[in-house]
Amino acid sequence: MRAFLQRFLFIGALVVPMELAAQAIPIGDAVAGAEVYRRECASCHQIGEDAQHRIGPHLNRIFDRGAGSHDDFRYSEALLRQGRDGLRWDLRRLDAYIENPRALVSGTRMSYRGLSDPARRADLIAYMRAYSDQPQNIPEAAPTARGREVNLSAEILAIEGDIEYGEYLSSECTTCHQRSGDHAGIPGIVGWPEEDFVVAMHAYKQKLRPHEVMQSVAQRLDDEEIAALAAYFLALGRE
Amino acid sequence: MKLNRRSFLGTATLATAALSAPALMGQTRPRVVVIGGGSGGGTAARYIAKDSDGAVDVTLIEPSRRYYTCYFSNLYLGGFWEYDALGHDYGNIARTGVNVVHDWAVGVDRDAQTVALASGERVPYDRLVVAPGIDFVEGSVPGWDVSQQSLMPHAYKSGTQVQLLKHQIETMREGGLFVMVAPPNPYRCPPGPGERVSMVAHMLAQSNPSAKILVVDPKETYSKQALFEEGWERHYPGMVTRIGPDFGGENVEVRPEEMEVVIDGMVEKADVVNVIPAQKAGKIAELAGLTNDAGWAPVKPGDMRSTMDENIFVLGDASHQGAMPKSGFSANSQAKVVANVIRGELTGSRIFPARYSNTCWSLIATDDGVKVGATYEPGAEQIESVTSFISQTGEDADLRRQTYEESIGWYNGIVADIFG
Repeated sequence: MRAFLQRFLFIGALVVPMELAAQAIPIGDAVAGAEVYRRECASCHQIGEDAQHRIGPHLNRIFDRGAGSHDDFRYSEALLRQGRDGLRWDLRRLDAYIENPRALVSGTRMSYRGLSDPARRADLIAYMRAYSDQPQNIPEAAPTARGREVNLSAEILAIEGDIEYGEYLSSECTTCHQRSGDHAGIPGIVGWPEEDFVVAMHAYKQKLRPHEVMQSVAQRLDDEEIAALAAYFLALGRE
Repeated sequence: MKLNRRSFLGTATLATAALSAPALMGQTRPRVVVIGGGSGGGTAARYIAKDSDGAVDVTLIEPSRRYYTCYFSNLYLGGFWEYDALGHDYGNIARTGVNVVHDWAVGVDRDAQTVALASGERVPYDRLVVAPGIDFVEGSVPGWDVSQQSLMPHAYKSGTQVQLLKHQIETMREGGLFVMVAPPNPYRCPPGPGERVSMVAHMLAQSNPSAKILVVDPKETYSKQALFEEGWERHYPGMVTRIGPDFGGENVEVRPEEMEVVIDGMVEKADVVNVIPAQKAGKIAELAGLTNDAGWAPVKPGDMRSTMDENIFVLGDASHQGAMPKSGFSANSQAKVVANVIRGELTGSRIFPARYSNTCWSLIATDDGVKVGATYEPGAEQIESVTSFISQTGEDADLRRQTYEESIGWYNGIVADIFG
């Protein structure tokens, strides 16, 4: 996702001048994206004229729509929850979701392993965007509005968590999230793959994921502390 | 669930921890005594015992055999929560290795480092945690003292007082008047009075819709005010009136025998009166000489250590620590910092920097939940707020329902953390 943003949107710029934003910056190759869609998505999701909900909801006008917002489709509770918290499918979040659905929406029913190649994701999104309103000439519109870049380097993902520190830090989590993994009203966080945990916490920290309590908790956790928590909760799941 | 750190800590770390244990770990195990088995004391006792794997001798002194949480007691009033579900016993805390003594702590000899119990026994300590919650300031509402609590309940320490208040509201005459005398700052659970008004209104709207609620409040403003006022207007229009200090809300007297409330000289006949007096630290903190002129126990922001005694920590509502609200969530958060520090001092385990947090959920009506929260860190003089958030007015119904469901998740989470 990070590479994607750098490659296709803007290089290292945090603030995009209006002139630049107003240009239609190509996301990817929509023609190539059609083939990616056919291979990766079409068995569950329809798109285009007369598209209907199938295993997954249809994907027309997905851009800038709230997550889980088709009243006539039964979503997972996890996706509905994110939608209520304010998750909207702008370019950045769609990209994150396609890259790793569970990292953005833990507990989503979309059983898709994710698409790791940023170029193929860019092509796919360019293709899907043709079936949404295309506000590329309106710089402030959500699909082309850009927040800060999320920058999870390989080094951050490779940090080995300090489990003992993670145990201490976890006591802040367990006021709400139960150690037993029980979840009702508040999601379980025990036994997650470390990378999912790290990505999720950074997503809250960068306010990519909505939810004020989690954003506030994540805000003051540094990279080492997030890794420590990820390592601890994984170990707890193996107990 | 039992956590055995050895199963995932490297042997090198384990050796360091064992070898660096300081002198206190001589012939006997170091002793920690915790006074008060609520959200602060219960958490501290449990975490010290659990994390030290038996290396520390932990005694918890708590008179009640069953603890009823204040949080969610308003939901019981409103009919959203069962009374029994507020109660938790100490069996699981005992099973983590805590010696639970059901008795009153009646004094602390700080020189001898012992706690005196009502039974006459003296319990020695190396570190003492004082977490007694609140007591009421005598005379803060003229005409009211604790002996009047069956006529005009405070219902601010959960338990049977809340049952009594609920009963009084349920049997109130048709079209009757419920009066709440709200407390001045600082007090336990800042959104508690507003949530209580909401729950009483919810109850009356169903069973006694012509009844009225009058809140007499000495404070200019109060926690989640905009959210509560919006909610009362929407769900219970015309039912709630609040008299703030500008109209004499700080000048109130009660006459329990006559069921009268005198507001700025005007006599008001009431049917049910809920008096929430001004508050101070639980009495044992004062007896131990740990409190300031205002009646609260000042502590150092980095580890909740009493400014009066190096070997004593004060947790939760009783402490004077700075920006954190007096809440069960805060006490639970503070307890974890204290548990880490005490264990480190007594066994040589690693001490990590303090971090505190709090979130308070409140219920306004069916499926209409709101929250306020913040993270905190130690400042030079006191605990300071780092980031904060609050629910917004005008939020849609789905988000409010989710916030309410989240509050139930939190309740189950925190009681599992302490008592589960």
